[in-house]
Parts: sequence; C-alpha cells; structure tokens
Amino acid sequence: MAKLALRVNGGNREIEADDPDVPLLYVLRDDLGLTGTKFGCGLAQCGACTVLVAGRAVRSCTTPARSVAGQDVVTIEGLGTLDRLDPVQAAFIAEQAAQCGYCTAGMVMTARALLSRTPRPSEAQVREALAGNLCRCGSHARVIRAVMRAAAQGGR
Amino acid sequence: MLSRRAFLASSGMLVVGLRLGARAGAQSIPGADRFVGKSLAPDAVDSYLAIHADESVTIFVGKVDIGTGGRIAMRQIVGEELDIPPERIAMIEGDTALTPNQGATAGSYGIARGGTQLRQAAATARQALIAQAAQRLNKPVAELDVADGVVRSRDASVSVSYGDLIGDRTFNLKVDPKALLKAPDHFRFIGKSLRRPDIPTKVTGLHRYLHDLILPGMLHARVVRPPALGATLASVEEASISGIPGARLVRIQNFLAVAAEREWDAVRASRTLRATWVTGAGLPDAATQFDAMRASRVVRDQDIVKKGDLSALSAPPPGLTRTLTAEYRWPIQTHGSIGPSCGVADVQADRATIWSSSQNTHGFQATAARFLGLERHRVRVIYMDGAGSYGPNGADDACAEAALISKALGKPVRVQWSRQEEHGLDPKGPAQLLELRAILDAEGGVTAWETQAWLPIATANLPNIPLLALDAAGLQQTPGRSTGLIYQNVDPPYTMPNVHAVVHWIADAPLRTSAIRAPGKIANTFAVESFTDEIAALVRVDPVEFRVRRLTNPRAIEVLQRAAARMGWQARPSPRPVEPNAAVLTGRGIAFVHYKHDETLVAMGMEVAVERATGRIRVTRVVCAHDCGLMINPDNVQAQLEGNIIQTLSRALHEEILYDSDRVTTVDWSSYPILKFPEVPTLEFELIQRLDQPPLGAGEAASTPVAAALGNAVFDATGVRLRAVPFRAERVKAALGG
Repeated sequence: MAKLALRVNGGNREIEADDPDVPLLYVLRDDLGLTGTKFGCGLAQCGACTVLVAGRAVRSCTTPARSVAGQDVVTIEGLGTLDRLDPVQAAFIAEQAAQCGYCTAGMVMTARALLSRTPRPSEAQVREALAGNLCRCGSHARVIRAVMRAAAQGGR
Repeated sequence: MLSRRAFLASSGMLVVGLRLGARAGAQSIPGADRFVGKSLAPDAVDSYLAIHADESVTIFVGKVDIGTGGRIAMRQIVGEELDIPPERIAMIEGDTALTPNQGATAGSYGIARGGTQLRQAAATARQALIAQAAQRLNKPVAELDVADGVVRSRDASVSVSYGDLIGDRTFNLKVDPKALLKAPDHFRFIGKSLRRPDIPTKVTGLHRYLHDLILPGMLHARVVRPPALGATLASVEEASISGIPGARLVRIQNFLAVAAEREWDAVRASRTLRATWVTGAGLPDAATQFDAMRASRVVRDQDIVKKGDLSALSAPPPGLTRTLTAEYRWPIQTHGSIGPSCGVADVQADRATIWSSSQNTHGFQATAARFLGLERHRVRVIYMDGAGSYGPNGADDACAEAALISKALGKPVRVQWSRQEEHGLDPKGPAQLLELRAILDAEGGVTAWETQAWLPIATANLPNIPLLALDAAGLQQTPGRSTGLIYQNVDPPYTMPNVHAVVHWIADAPLRTSAIRAPGKIANTFAVESFTDEIAALVRVDPVEFRVRRLTNPRAIEVLQRAAARMGWQARPSPRPVEPNAAVLTGRGIAFVHYKHDETLVAMGMEVAVERATGRIRVTRVVCAHDCGLMINPDNVQAQLEGNIIQTLSRALHEEILYDSDRVTTVDWSSYPILKFPEVPTLEFELIQRLDQPPLGAGEAASTPVAAALGNAVFDATGVRLRAVPFRAERVKAALGG
C-alpha cells in the first residue's frame, strides 16, 4: 500500500492508495469526503469532475492522483464558501445559473480557470472554454451570463 | 427578493443539513424522522403541512424538484395561502413515510396538480386557523386579517399567531375543495421570481446529492453486465478479484455484482472479474428500424381524431386537387442524465430503506415491496436529488440493484452506474414514424388531413418499467412496455373540417422504452408542424398567417402573434429566394403547439444559418412565446423553457441511439454527442402571465415545437425539407445535394 501526499484546498493530505492508478476523483470523494466534485463519465468527456491543478482546469476522473502529488489541487469546496463566495460562484447565484446543478461545480471550476488566465474574456471565449462541460438541463445561457458577469465585476 | 442569508438562516433544516455534511446520517433532511407516523391520506390537511410552535412550517410534497424549481414554487404557493413568508417554510419531498402520494413527478403536472393540491390544503388550513382565532379572540371572522402568520383584529386590539393556535398539533381536517383561494390582486409571493434555495449550495459543492450519500458500514457496488443484452451467465471466476481488498461477489442467477468498501476497489473489481456469458437472442438491424416499424405487426389501430367527410382521403376528387404526402422519422434517444444513475439501499430482514432520485418514489415503494417480499409499509423510499432526469432513467434500476445486493450482503449498499451503463441501458425514448397526407383544393384550402403514426404499444396497468436486475435474477415482474402518452398531438391544432389521425400500435421496439420529456409529443409536433409548413409553402401562404387563419382560440393567436412580432417577422411564403452563390444560407421558421390539446400554448420562432459546404446548421436565435396560465415563479418558468429549447435542439440536431446485434453502441458523449456551449443560440421570451387562470405546466410544452421550428427555418433558408431527426451535418449536406 503506497502513501500519497496531496495538497488539497490549501492543506496537506496523506492517503493510502492500494492502486497506484487510482484517479484523483475517487481520492477526493471517498478518501477526503470532498463530494462537491462529481462523477459524470469517467472518460474526460463531460467536465462534471473538473478541479484546478496548479490553476489549470483538469478532469479528475482520468487524472491519476499520484500525477498531481505536490501540486496545488483546488476543488469546488476550496474555491469559496457560502459566507465568502468566489466571484464566479456569486455570479452563478445572481444569474440563477443551475437547474439540477450536477454539472455546476465543474462549470464553476472551468470558469475560474478561464478568468484567472483571461480576466476579460469575450463571450466567444467563454463559450469555447466551457465547450467541454456538458449540461443536460439547459442552463447554458445563464451560465454564459454568469461568467460574463463575474468577468465584468473583475472576477479574478 | 429574499436574500440568500435570510433564506438559509430561517430555513433551519437546510442549515443543519450543511453542517452535518455528506457523511451524516440516513435522512434526506435531518430531523425529518420526527414526522414519521404523520398522516399520508391524500385528502387530509395534515398530510401536506404542519405548523410548528416556533412559527415555522413544514410542507410535505409528493412531487419532487428535479432541478425544476418546485422547491421555491411550492413554498410560494403555501406561503401565499397561509400568509407567511416562504423562507419560514421547510419542505420534505418524495419520502414515502412522510409525503402523500401525489403520483409521479411527470407530465408537467408538478405545479399544475401537485401545487394545486397543496394550495387547497393551505387554504383549508388558513380557513381553520382564522376560525380558531375568531373563537380565541372573541371576534367575528370578518374582522380578522392575517399577516406573516399572525391573525389580528382589524382594529389591531388583539392578535394570536399560528404557532399559538396550532403549534405542532394536527388539524385533523379534510382538505376543503371549496376553501377560498386568495384573490390575485392580493398576491404577495405568487407571480414573483423568488430565488431558489438550492442554488447557493449547488454552486459551492455543499449540496448533498444521492450520489454523495454515505451510510455507516456501506459498501460500494457495481453490477457486472453481460456483453450482450439478454445473455446468460455460464461461469464466474471468483478468484479473479481476490487481489482487490475486500472485494466480494454477488451472484443471483444471471445477476452479477461486485462490492467493496472503497468505491475505486468496486470499480476495479468490476473490470477485473472474469465471467463467461452465453449470448442471447440478439437485436434487430438498426439500419432498417423504420422499415421494420412499418412492417411490424399492428396490435390495434386507434383513431385519435376521426371527423368530417374523409372520402377525399380514399378517393381524391378529380380536378384541381393536389395531394401532399410526407414521412417523418424520430430516432431512439436517451435521457442522457449528466450523472449516471445511482441507488442506495439498506435492506434488513423485516424492512428496507431506499434512497432514490426517482421521479416516482411512491411507485418504486410498491415495486420494491414486491421484489423484496415485504409489506409495502415496511419499505421506505426517500427522494434525494440526482442529476437531472427527464422521465424514468436508470434510477429505479440502480435502486433495485442496490437493494438486491444489500439483501444478499446484509449491509447498506450504493450502486453507481457508469456512463456506458447509463447510455447503454437506461430505458429509452422510442423511435417514432409518422406519415402525413393532405388533400388540397384548388384555392389552397385543406380538404382533408390524415396522420398515420407507427408507435410501440404501452402495456396497460404496467406496475413498473421492467427492471434489468429482476429479469437477470429471475425474480418475477410483470413484463411489458412503458412509453408515456405518446399518441397526443398527432392531429393538427387548426380548424380543419375533415381529419383522420390514427395510431397503428405496433408490438415491438428493439430496446426497453420509457417516457422521456414530453413523451411522443416532440416527434408528433415535429411531423404535424413541419407538414403544416409544407402545405403553407405549397400554397404560397406566409407560415404565420396560414396558422392564425385556422385558429380560433384567442390565447393561441396571441402566442403566435407575439412570437412573430418579437422576431420582426416579415410576412412572405417560404422558402426565401436562395442566392445561388452564397456560402451560408439564412432563414426563419415558426411552429405552434397547444400542448395535449388543452394545456400550455407555445409559439416558437427560430433563425438559422446553414453552411452549404458542410451542411452544418447554426441556430442563431430562438423566440418563444409561452402561455401556461398562472406562473407561480416566472423566472423558474423561463428556466424550464430554456431547458426545453436547448435540450430539444440537442436532440434534433445531434442525438440518435444506435445498436448492433448485441447492444447499444452509442455509449458515451463522443458517439452520442449533445449540444455544447458554442452552439447555444440567443434565447428570447414572451412570457404571458395569467394571474386569474389555473397553472398549466411548463416542464415540457416548449420542447415540442423546437424541431419543427428548426426544420421550418432550414427549409426557409435552403428550400430543402428535413424529415428525419437528427439533422446532422452529413445528412443535411446530402439533402442539399452537396
């Protein structure tokens, strides 16, 4: 059994992994209880499992946990809290940009990565950045508005 | 507008839920178990609501919020009738031990029926509370008013609160169907776009979904599927998973599953386990499925409409008549929930608790009681949010699987489907085939209209969609098929004297079927409204004018005219003259529906650009005029319409389930693509609020005209009529002759 040292949401976490290939998603959800990150496809096709690794949006369902050892991992729980929302989260609430909400955490994380690199994106850039995040309920128009709103308010 | 903080602070249950976190106990809402034993009778006030000594209220709702906003709308309804702020109301949904059976959350009836029942119960409660207050305060009822849950005399000399009158005691009253509802001019909450209570927790990752539920001692399980539908299990090598910590096997006839304490170990075990299967009967050829439908054995014909003189259909009158015929095809499609189905079950010798995202927890309670051999009241099914579902997806299957494995292993069990299971095995929206015929007179009038629809027949009184695990495990269940009411809206909504609309109910469908959003009516409206457009084009009449001329209902005419006005519609026949050398062709289309003939009215306009070289359709603008009667929460209604439009555009442009002789082959998002962010058009709405009318529902109606409006716009742009969904680029290119 191998020990794995991770840095998640600003804290050092050590877990035991039987399988060296265990995807980050399962470590986050099962070992660390961070269930805000969702399983959607296991194929890096839908974006529901998106987290930030060193500031980049990464699909945790196909990312081996060991490959991010030592890097800063941020999940939706580490982005903001109800009392101290990230501007992206605040904008999603302002636009009521969710229906079932299962895909929402992944979209918030993707949007956060975009705005950190491109603080004033065009709407086309927002759409392109979110192209790998699927939503079935059809909240897209509100999500686009939310990300533009966060950007307009200096959402870094 | 309620502030988020005020809402969370006053809705104590939500706050408790957050603090306990994802690994907390077994209830969907902490504290809910104190209500066990309460009334569940559908005609009792106590079944729907309880008023507490601290002036808060709990409502018990059989209809569940699957992301649709019922969680705020139901509070608005009850808050309105009781005159208490919605943020003081906690809500329990879809718990068979706590909520009355209001039927499945389906058919766009969540608010229209479920909310209306709740409203009448609240009005009855208010009436009773005022009568009690009159006695207590020694004042006539006519001199009393209610504000924020306090009954006061008009002279403000005396008052008593709801909590003091009834706090935590029962009403013991039947719902009074004559209890006076509040008049619209006194509405404080109904008709307002109050914010949903669940969005803050959803955007911060704190919202606890079914998929996140962990019970003490719970095992994670995966079902090991056969390589072909209907295959039987010959042998299993249990030793093949011996290297995976704690992995164990469950086999019941052809039902095979693995379980482990850690989820990834269960996934690994399901991939590692070696088993030998004997292939089943096989599936028919997908390439010829529509020919097979036409050739299929017809169980019976059902006339949906048969009126007027139909002689012209059998013998078109000689002279200046024209006959128009067209066939429309709609493929098999999946619900495509973003989170694959999940189920959690704790089955013990004499009782069972099942946590489910099913839209019909009460229905599943009866099903589970049957297959577990328990009395119905020994089975409790508790709704928890899942990923959005649009009808019965794999939720009941996953729960049945969790229950069988839990029973076998004596521990709580969570089953999580994979993406491939969800796409491959969820019960599907069936294919639909329609042939339409019109006899036109010399002046362009419609002498006669005929719809023929080939649709798979549903089984009458089927208790549940046959579940995969029960079949595999050899457990008894009623065989049959569920489809929803797929025959509705096969006839034109227009004034036409001679109409024959017939459904040929056919015996078979290649894959398991279920109701999927607006079941049947999306394809039927695609056919009827495309064909209406074909007639208008043939007789060279503007498509809006053609429709308005044949409508008498002023509400129908209003939605069409408002959609047209919003679009800046220029009256002219379709198609527009095609520029011979243009690389991109643009056009506009319109479609109309009167959902289920007497419910919500929708007119939808669409603007498209079609790339000639590739056949790619870009939808640039959608305008939706919508009259669903009373809107409890207009922003929620609009969110539903956005969802209807985007989801159905996706279905019309991209989606088709395919299969080989063994199984479904479109089992991921690359072989079954859906609409992506860059494709989302501009959406505009004309929402018609009718405060004095009953609510008619908004969950489905706006999905039904989408494909027709799209096809009509493509025709307007290109002169080419698309009659088979999906309108994928290669198909459009071929139709354009490219």
